[in-house]
Amino acid sequence: MADLTTDFLGIKSPNPFWLASAPPTDKEYNVRRAFEAGWGGVVWKTLGSEGPPVVNVNGPRYGAIWGADRRLLGLNNIELITDRPLETNLEEIARVKADYPDRAMIVSLMVPCDEDSWKAILPRVAETGADGIELNFGCPHGMSERGMGAAVGQVPEYVEMVTRWCKTYYDKPVIVKLTPNIADIRGPARAAKNGGADAVSLINTINSITAVNLDSMSPEPMIDGRGTHGGYCGPAVKPIALNMVAEIARDPATRGLPISGIGGVTTWRDAAEFMALGAGNVQVCTAAMTYGFKIVQEMISGLSQWMDEKGYASTGDIVGRAVPNVTDWQYLNLNHITKARINQDLCIKCGRCYAACEDTSHQAISMSPDRVFEVMDDECVACNLCVNVCPVDDCITMEVLQPGQVDERTGKVVEEAYANWTTHPNNPMAKAAE
Amino acid sequence: MTAPQRSDGVMPGRLGPAILEQNFRDAYPPLNPHEATVAADRCYFCHDAPCITACPTEIDIPLFIRQIATGTPKAAARTILSQNILGGMCARVCPTETLCEQACVREAAEGKPVEIGQLQRFATDQLMATGAHPFQRAAPTGKTIAVVGAGPAGLACAHRLAMHGHDVVIFEAKPKGGGLNEYGIAAYKSTEDFAQRELDWLLQIGGIDIRHGQRLGVAISLPALQTEYDAVFLGMGLGGVNALGVPGEDKDHAEDAVAFISDLRQADDLAALPIGRRVVVIGGGMTAIDAGVQAKLLGAEDVTIVYRRGKEAMSASDHEQDHAQRKGVRLIYNAAPVGIEGNGRLTGVTFAYTETRDGKLVVTDDTFTLPADQVFKAIGQTLEGVPDGLKLDGRKIAVSGAGATSLDGVWAGGDCAAGGDDLTVTAVAEGRDAADDIHRSLMG
Repeated sequence: MADLTTDFLGIKSPNPFWLASAPPTDKEYNVRRAFEAGWGGVVWKTLGSEGPPVVNVNGPRYGAIWGADRRLLGLNNIELITDRPLETNLEEIARVKADYPDRAMIVSLMVPCDEDSWKAILPRVAETGADGIELNFGCPHGMSERGMGAAVGQVPEYVEMVTRWCKTYYDKPVIVKLTPNIADIRGPARAAKNGGADAVSLINTINSITAVNLDSMSPEPMIDGRGTHGGYCGPAVKPIALNMVAEIARDPATRGLPISGIGGVTTWRDAAEFMALGAGNVQVCTAAMTYGFKIVQEMISGLSQWMDEKGYASTGDIVGRAVPNVTDWQYLNLNHITKARINQDLCIKCGRCYAACEDTSHQAISMSPDRVFEVMDDECVACNLCVNVCPVDDCITMEVLQPGQVDERTGKVVEEAYANWTTHPNNPMAKAAE
Repeated sequence: MTAPQRSDGVMPGRLGPAILEQNFRDAYPPLNPHEATVAADRCYFCHDAPCITACPTEIDIPLFIRQIATGTPKAAARTILSQNILGGMCARVCPTETLCEQACVREAAEGKPVEIGQLQRFATDQLMATGAHPFQRAAPTGKTIAVVGAGPAGLACAHRLAMHGHDVVIFEAKPKGGGLNEYGIAAYKSTEDFAQRELDWLLQIGGIDIRHGQRLGVAISLPALQTEYDAVFLGMGLGGVNALGVPGEDKDHAEDAVAFISDLRQADDLAALPIGRRVVVIGGGMTAIDAGVQAKLLGAEDVTIVYRRGKEAMSASDHEQDHAQRKGVRLIYNAAPVGIEGNGRLTGVTFAYTETRDGKLVVTDDTFTLPADQVFKAIGQTLEGVPDGLKLDGRKIAVSGAGATSLDGVWAGGDCAAGGDDLTVTAVAEGRDAADDIHRSLMG
């Protein structure tokens, strides 16, 4: 059996599945039940400064998009940080951590962007015995209007400054949670590292309007006829999150900086993908909010089975394994030539490949009167669109042409040597191969 | 006293009203909006979709399903009805398992096609529930066309002619319009008086006058219609019933299945309909299935459908045969009736097993007798009272192109015309296409 225990910044947890800072981790009741269900750790829902707690709207907090059968694909929210008293949260954190010493307990924080505010709250958190803190620099609504959350996360100088304060006034690991609502995720990641962050976690939610109510002409979720942007999460954001994790993992300035991967993790496979791109663990929220805490059982069993099948003994074996293969477009091998192949035995003759190729791509699929669809190699540019629109698993695949074979589209013989855009004759900036 | 179900003879009231109500409910309840969305999502929106080709009326099925999936079922209904004005009835009675759903690529992929018939019903029900009629008539042409028969072919023809701006007079023999939609078809396929509601909805187009009690050859004649109207469409269906030609056929309770089905459809009180304890149905088409199943639902204890050829030759689809068997009807294949038994009262039917020798069906000496107190004959209907001068093709009116007969200015479609399956949907296609052809011919 694969060993799923993780050691993230020295914080041990029985598996890499943590619940992200969000409604599921807002109180002792939920967190105890999450731990009983098997979650490896939690990031407690963001605490604010001492004083009157924030207030939330009293209408809908969530908007959503759905696939067929109302499968939740994307969720957004306009909820703020915890609206419970600071003292209550701290007491509960201490109690739960004491009862679950083997689980990771991280406390998410968001206080005004001044040194005194941070200096005031950090010792209080330390007293709880929590394993570390996560700085919420990502919350895109409400708090950002007050100069917190994403308002900090979008300014690398602030990220660095606040991180440094936390490292000064707090002994245990500091994780900086990054907002994706920025042009280049590497800026705030570098700033966090420069400020002394032990790790970054990403992505926080994405600015979004999930829908417009076409009767009331209001964005959803709608509060009394009006709406605002909320933070988008769930399966739909995973591709964006994976890219941002990879960007940080392969950036020379941040390479090696531990990453906690967040963004649409719904199954063990999603988790494995984040980890392959450099995440030391993952944080989950929407999947739990959709299906309940029990979902972690599938994540644990699935990751374990896959690691066993692949011969990975521990989670450390998979973290970052795909990072060397993430590159820039200009380094992709232009001599790698493939052609689409349609398996006629599997084909159900729906013609979607034909419509897609004929109408929107390269007119490289023929259709006979009796609905036989075939790829014309002299037109196929191997774009993969037919593969993606085909409703049948493995019916259309891409076959790699071997060196020496002729690409009928170009008439050229496939070369064995790797060659990319940097040396291509059409590139005005091409450098001759040395 | 013997329980009503176990009393011999042909008698009413074998089942109580509550059970009858349950038995004759919608056999396939409609999809609710969520079910429709889920079912619609299964459609792959095929290119040049095989289901369209398989539909005699060539409804753009992927388009209407996508319109359902995107929350516009009334637009979906318009897509359906623009090709098939009786799309609501066809959604209920089409043998989709041998038409669109058989062609569905998901049938090939998983043996589980998209539920096209049910989705069509969902869309058309949504639109019809509004009471609105989605089509308008073109400017009046001043032409008037006579349509004989207010069945599917006649109604489809009349509606399309009305849309083109013509006036239409439909001559119908029976007291109600709808043809087999009203007088044929099992009751559980067309509940809540759907045939009449659909007819009323269809007539909202305007310009269609239905005259009842107007049987061709009795109240009206083809030459007179030709003289009086700009064109004539014949869609009177098949009024005659084939006889078995066996001894005892004239006994009481040896009845035509079509009459039984019609009586049942027109009955105000199903408990008042007499039915046998043991019923034998002879035939292999939809009429045989509808009669057999409904006999069972009325409370017959023992119902057997006997067909002279094999299962695969039966014109009722596998789906329909399965439906009958699920309802407790027994099916016997490869047996032909040789006599109806009974000294006075009907007591049974004797059959002989058949074999196919050199491609010909041969009746063997191997016989058996099924006890029965009621027999329904369902071995096909025939065209009656063919007007003089009309060329026939076999036993039906010969047509060419879009239903043109051998007489100038006379078109025909539906079951009375040669070619095509005797299905509601085929009749609609033929009526519609004849209307377009009539329009072209009248307007030049």
